[in-house]
Amino acid sequence: MRLELVKRKERSQKMALLSPIIAIGLTALAAALIFAISGHNPLVGLYKFFVEPLTQEWSLQATIAKATPLVLIGCGLAVCYLSNNWNIGAEGQFVVGALFGSALPILLPEFESGATLPLMLIFGAVGGALWALIPAVLKNWFNTNEILTSLMLVYVASLALDYLVRGPWRDPDGYNFPESRMFSDAATVPDVFGGAMSLSTPITIVIALILAVVLAKTLKGFEIRVMGESPRAGSFAGFSAKRLTLFSFALAGGLAGLAGTMEVSGGLNQLLPTISPGYGFTAIIVAFLGRLNPIGIIIAGFVLALSYIGGEAVQSAMGVSNKIASVIQGLLLFFVLACDTLILYRIRFVSHHAPAGEASHV
Amino acid sequence: MVQQTRSGMDVLLDARGLTKRFGDILANDKVDLVINKGEIHALLGENGAGKSTLVKMFYGSLEPDGGEILWQGQKVSIGNPAAARELGIGMVFQHFSLFEALTVVENIALALPNPGRMTELAKRIESVSVDYGLPLNPSDIVADLPVGIRQRIEIVRCLLQEPQLIIMDEPTSVLTPQEADLLFLTLQRLASEGCAVLYISHRLEEVQRICHHATILRHGKVVSECNPANETPATLASMMVGADVASVSAGAQKPKTGEIRLGLNNLSAKAASPFATALNSISLELHAGEVVAIAGVAGNGQGELFDAISGELPVAQEMVRIDGKSCGSRSITWRRRQKAAFVPEERLGHGAVPGLKLSQNIVLTRHATGDRLTGGGFVSTARANALEKHIKQEFDVRMSHDDPEARSLSGGNLQKFVVGRELDRRPGVLVVNQPTWGVDAGAAALIRQALIDLARSGSAVLVISQDLDEIFEIADRIAVISRGYLSAAEPAEDMNRERVGLLMAGGAEAQGEVA
Repeated sequence: MRLELVKRKERSQKMALLSPIIAIGLTALAAALIFAISGHNPLVGLYKFFVEPLTQEWSLQATIAKATPLVLIGCGLAVCYLSNNWNIGAEGQFVVGALFGSALPILLPEFESGATLPLMLIFGAVGGALWALIPAVLKNWFNTNEILTSLMLVYVASLALDYLVRGPWRDPDGYNFPESRMFSDAATVPDVFGGAMSLSTPITIVIALILAVVLAKTLKGFEIRVMGESPRAGSFAGFSAKRLTLFSFALAGGLAGLAGTMEVSGGLNQLLPTISPGYGFTAIIVAFLGRLNPIGIIIAGFVLALSYIGGEAVQSAMGVSNKIASVIQGLLLFFVLACDTLILYRIRFVSHHAPAGEASHV
Repeated sequence: MVQQTRSGMDVLLDARGLTKRFGDILANDKVDLVINKGEIHALLGENGAGKSTLVKMFYGSLEPDGGEILWQGQKVSIGNPAAARELGIGMVFQHFSLFEALTVVENIALALPNPGRMTELAKRIESVSVDYGLPLNPSDIVADLPVGIRQRIEIVRCLLQEPQLIIMDEPTSVLTPQEADLLFLTLQRLASEGCAVLYISHRLEEVQRICHHATILRHGKVVSECNPANETPATLASMMVGADVASVSAGAQKPKTGEIRLGLNNLSAKAASPFATALNSISLELHAGEVVAIAGVAGNGQGELFDAISGELPVAQEMVRIDGKSCGSRSITWRRRQKAAFVPEERLGHGAVPGLKLSQNIVLTRHATGDRLTGGGFVSTARANALEKHIKQEFDVRMSHDDPEARSLSGGNLQKFVVGRELDRRPGVLVVNQPTWGVDAGAAALIRQALIDLARSGSAVLVISQDLDEIFEIADRIAVISRGYLSAAEPAEDMNRERVGLLMAGGAEAQGEVA
């Protein structure tokens, strides 16, 4: 017996939907195996990791809060990946966005008005976009590989954050702790639904829905899909690959920057050396698990957020390292990409023997 | 049965009831084929008739689902190309698999099981190649060689393994007539030494000229066998298609040529990469009402010229004029709005996006041309669907279900679609690169007729083609491109194959340099 991949004539719509579900199933299997190898009951592990967080209100809310930045960043990344621009640096764009957005409440803490928060959000988006434009411009002018440049800029951004909160932006009344001053109420994203979640979540959902329409129905969305699949045909259609590179990086960086600002002004209310548990990287998985489709990304963001909460849950309940969360996220991306092969190929089982017609002669 | 009279002592390969199925499609249905020693055997058929499938089974790259292959009377199972080569079956592919940055001898060494020492191999290459009239310099770098010589490398590589059967897939599609003549001499020499040749070609004249026997496939079945010498190209064509092929009529022979619709004025462009061709002061004027054809061997600047006219390769403003307006540095969209239309050589990945539905592929080239396909930034799916249905009917594009992805169409059907998409706009200037490349005879006639009709209605049509039969069939004037130089366009009736061949082989270059 051997397996053969046979090319399909067209994309299989069924497989495009099934692939992430199969991938989640395989990830759960692999996770069970890891629990078992490390000496825990795999069923209990899976339950604590994937199911229990959904059964309690507080953990459900925590999951949604974690899903919000993942969805927002993932939507921007989807535009990049659809158009063949490999932005791996959303983490850095998230951080720089948070820095730009925090500049106002940190440097001008007395400026408290209705304009404070909107200005912060705009600054954040602009900051993230500018940071993302660096690899885009390098790609267009010098033909650099955007995977490398965008990734390397993540570390630059993290170090800049570290320097600022330990140096010039350190809270003067903060007993030398590496953190900025707390933001005022005017600089805080308000809660909605009776305090159950912050305004960040509805904002994110609205942005995702708008992007879904843009991608599916508009000429810009068409341009993005054409360029991603076939740049030569895109330039034949009259679209400019360079302009689209700038556009998609600026959009992804802008959304990541917005997510960064909403994170620091929503949950944390101050800048800390670590403001992200790797949202920018996890969002890459979210984007692919969500089929690079904003609606799918909303669901995928929730699934990946669950892995953060689940990681904490198994750590506290079973003493498993919470690094298990990163392992499971990595496995999930691996399985999604592998299962996506089935969209354009189907598997055929071939026996070792020669075809029946010949075998009968032997 | 014809076959029995041909079978005998000198049968080399005898295929019996070969069957190969891909999903629902029966690519080969109980194909019987006998190849004798020393025979040049033509395998004819339209695109999708199953020729490639059949030879791939002989060459070991596909496994038959049924039937058997006898090689010199012994039943064999050919599991992979290495096994085929061991038996003495060699193959020269249509698309060469050569490394451009390596030398001739290095390329050949890579393909041989035991290349031995390079210096000895180089000597062998030299002696074999001279011996068969295909001289090669083993130390030349492939990138510097014209396509005809590259094909020689593939053939010599085959010959070094002393094959008894050579399979050639459309070998002359990249050659000038003179180069093709040389190839025919080699093939005849090989045949006289007892080596058999299985020859796949769309060019019926040459089949008639050099082949001893022809097997014709249609829809995966052998429909007839014949001695090509007793046939005419027309009878061969009707055997392939299964019906008489409509002959293309140029209508009123001498078109009344009107104003200049497309002008190229000392068009020059540097080569974009080491393997691209530079364009050297190309000048050409196309009048309303005429079809002008540019002949030439592949890789002589046709693609670059197409890109410069379409706007994908920006050049100086005055180098290209459409209806009197200079537009060398304008975008392709701007040119389309001037009623120009373009059909590139590569259908998938240039003319159409493989993963998009046909209706979406209409938006690709027509989103800015006043077809009401977009409004307020939104794409009108309904309008795109309506246009898709219209083009499908008008140009007889056949598909398994409604509005499929472009990649699922066969080459010929996709070509009808991409040509139809542009013709449907009634463009004032149409530039087509290889309008019927890989298209079967019936569809080719349809496309050629449509091009002529468009010109006669007052448009200017520029056809870039490597197919001389096509060019003589439809062109009012003919120019030849060679190494990025274009010869002056001359009336078709003043041209003949020999003259075109000489221009292809460098005459155009000399003319261009003088001019």
